[in-house]
Amino acid sequence: MSSRLLVSVFEREDDVVQATTAARKEGLEIVDVYAPYAIHGLDRAMGLPPSRIPWVCFLLGLFGAVTITIFQFWASAVSWPINVGGKPWNSLPAFVPVIFEVTVLCGGVGTVAFFIWYAGLKPGLESPMSDLRVTDDRFALVLRQTGAKFNRSAVEALLKRFHAVRIEERGDIA
Amino acid sequence: MAEAAVIAVPLIGGNKSAADVTRDVAGALDATPSPLWWGGLALSSAALLLGTIAIGYEFATGIGTWGLNRTVGWAFDITNFVFWIGIGHAGTLISAILFLLRQRWRTSVNRAAEAMTLFAVMCAALFPLIHMGRPWLFFWMAPYPNSRGSLWINFRSPLVWDFFAISTYFTISAIFWYVGLIPDLATIRDREPGTRRSKIFGFLSLGWSGSFRTWHRYEVVYLLLAALGTPLVLSVHTIVSMDFATGVVPGWHTTIFPPYFVAGAIFSGMAMVLTLMLVARKTMRLEHYITQRHVDAMCSLVILTSGLVGLAYGTEFFIAYYSGSPYEQFAFYNRATGPLAWGYYIMVVCNVLIPQLYWLGAIRRNLVIVFIISLFINLGMWFERFIIIVASLQRDFLPSAWSDYRPTSIEIATFVGTLGLFFTCFLLFCRFVPVIAIAEIKGVLRPAHGSHPAHDSYSGYSEDISPEHH
Repeated sequence: MSSRLLVSVFEREDDVVQATTAARKEGLEIVDVYAPYAIHGLDRAMGLPPSRIPWVCFLLGLFGAVTITIFQFWASAVSWPINVGGKPWNSLPAFVPVIFEVTVLCGGVGTVAFFIWYAGLKPGLESPMSDLRVTDDRFALVLRQTGAKFNRSAVEALLKRFHAVRIEERGDIA
Repeated sequence: MAEAAVIAVPLIGGNKSAADVTRDVAGALDATPSPLWWGGLALSSAALLLGTIAIGYEFATGIGTWGLNRTVGWAFDITNFVFWIGIGHAGTLISAILFLLRQRWRTSVNRAAEAMTLFAVMCAALFPLIHMGRPWLFFWMAPYPNSRGSLWINFRSPLVWDFFAISTYFTISAIFWYVGLIPDLATIRDREPGTRRSKIFGFLSLGWSGSFRTWHRYEVVYLLLAALGTPLVLSVHTIVSMDFATGVVPGWHTTIFPPYFVAGAIFSGMAMVLTLMLVARKTMRLEHYITQRHVDAMCSLVILTSGLVGLAYGTEFFIAYYSGSPYEQFAFYNRATGPLAWGYYIMVVCNVLIPQLYWLGAIRRNLVIVFIISLFINLGMWFERFIIIVASLQRDFLPSAWSDYRPTSIEIATFVGTLGLFFTCFLLFCRFVPVIAIAEIKGVLRPAHGSHPAHDSYSGYSEDISPEHH
C-alpha cells in the first residue's frame, strides 16, 4: 500500500476551507491542514471532534484544590496547631485564597504541559511543511493517497477547482 | 460622521496581507536600532545600575537604611510593590478578559501588554523580598518540610496568600505569554533558515509546524488559560488589598478595598499600556497596527476605571462620616488636610479630573496629549498607594505615637532601579521578540465570519476609510 502524501498549497483561507470540505465529502483521508493562524470553521471542515483538553484542565485543577485543602488543614490543625488570634484550628474560610491560587496554578501549568506532550511538540523537532510558507501566508492541505477511491487526476482536478497554486507528492510525515 | 458608525473599520490599517504582517513585525527585529532606542537603553540601564547598587547596600546593611519608624512601618517599598503589581494587571486584562469578551482589537497590543505584566511583576516582587530583611531566606515562605519541627507557614495570613497569589500570577502570565509566542517563533524560524536567530527560535518553537490538528488544541488551551487568568488577575489585587483590609488601621480596615484596588490596578495598568504603546508605535513604525481605534478603546477603559476609582474615593469619605467612628473620620480628615494633603490632591487631580479629558475626541486624536495624560495617571496612581499607606499609618489611634515619614536616598534609588529594570526589559523585548502577535493579527485581517456588523463596528474616526471611499 502506498503511503505517499498529496500536498496542495492554497493562497486564500476560503479556498483551503472549501477544498477541505470537498475532499472530506469525497471520502478522501485528510492527514492535516497547515496554516499560519487558527482558521475558524476548519475544524468542522476537517471533521475534528471537540477537544477533551478542558477535562484534563478540570481534573488537574480539582487535584490541586483537593490536595492543598487537605494540606492546609493538616498543617494548621494536625501537624503543628498554632493559636493565631484565637481562630479555630481548621479556619476553612481563611484557606480559600490559597486553594484558589493553587487550583489555577495546577490547572494552568498542567494543561499547557499536557498540550505540549499530547501535541508531540518538543525542542529540535523538524517542521515538515515549513518550505511551503505555511507559517507565513500559505495554506497546505495534505491528503493520503490510499484507498480504492483515490483517483489522482480526479483529486487534482478537485483541488484546482479551489485555486490550488501548487500540488506535489511527498513522503509520509512522521 | 454619523454614517461612519455603520461601516466596520478594519482593525489593521494599510490593507495588509498576511505576508506583509510577517515582514513588518519580523522585519522590525532586523532593523538597526534607532538612536532613540539606544538613548532609552542607556538611560534605563543606568537607572538599573543605580538600583542594583542600592539593593546591594540594603542587603549588606539591612532595612535600617530606609526611613521607616515604629509608627510608619510600611511606606515607600510597599507603595512601589502595589504600584508595580497594579500596572501588571492591564496586561492580563487585555490578554485574558478582553479575549473572553471577544474584543478583537486586543490582538495588536496583547503581546506587549503581557510582556509589560511580566516585567512589572518582577519589579513588584523585589520589594517584599527586600523588606523581608534577610532576602536569602525567602524560601521560608513556601510550605516545605524543614528542620524547625516542621514549622508550617500561617495559612491564615494575607501575606502568605499574597505569596501564593504573586507566584501563581507570575507563572501563569509567563506561560500564557510563551504559549502565545510559539506560532510566531516558528514564523521567524522559517523566515530565515540557517541563521542563529532561526536556530534559537526553532528550539523555542518546539517544532511548531502550523498543523491544524495542533492549532485546534492550541485554541482550546489558549481559551482555558484566558478563563483561568481572568479570575486570577482579579484575585491578585483582591489579595493585595487584603494585606491592608485585614488590619485594624483606620483608612485600611474597609470592605471596599478589593474592588477599589482591582479598578485602580486596571486604571494604572491601562495608563502604562498607553504610555508604552504610544512610544512603541512611533519608534517601531507600527502605525497601521496600533490605530486610532486602539487608542480610543484604551482611553474608554481609562475613563471607566477612572470613574470607578473616583467613586471609591467618594465612598470612602462617605463611609468614614457615616460610620460614626472618630478614628475612621479622623483618618480621612487627615488625608485631606494633614501633612500629606498635597499628595492627596495630586492623586485626586491626576486620577479623577485629568482622565476626563479623554472624553474629548480632539484630545484622543492628539497622541502627544494622550501620552502626557497617561504619565499623569501613572503619577497619580503612585500617589494613591502612597497616601493610602503612609497617610493612614502616620497618625493612627494615639497622638503620642504619631510620626512622620520621609524616604531616604536609598529608597528612592531602589524605586528608580525598578523603573530601570522595567524599561530595560521592555526595550530588550522590543528588540528581540516580535512585539505584535503575528499569528493573531493574521486572523483578524478580515472581518469575523458571521459576525453581525454591530459587534464589530467602530464609531470613531478613520482617515483612510470613510463613507465617501466606499
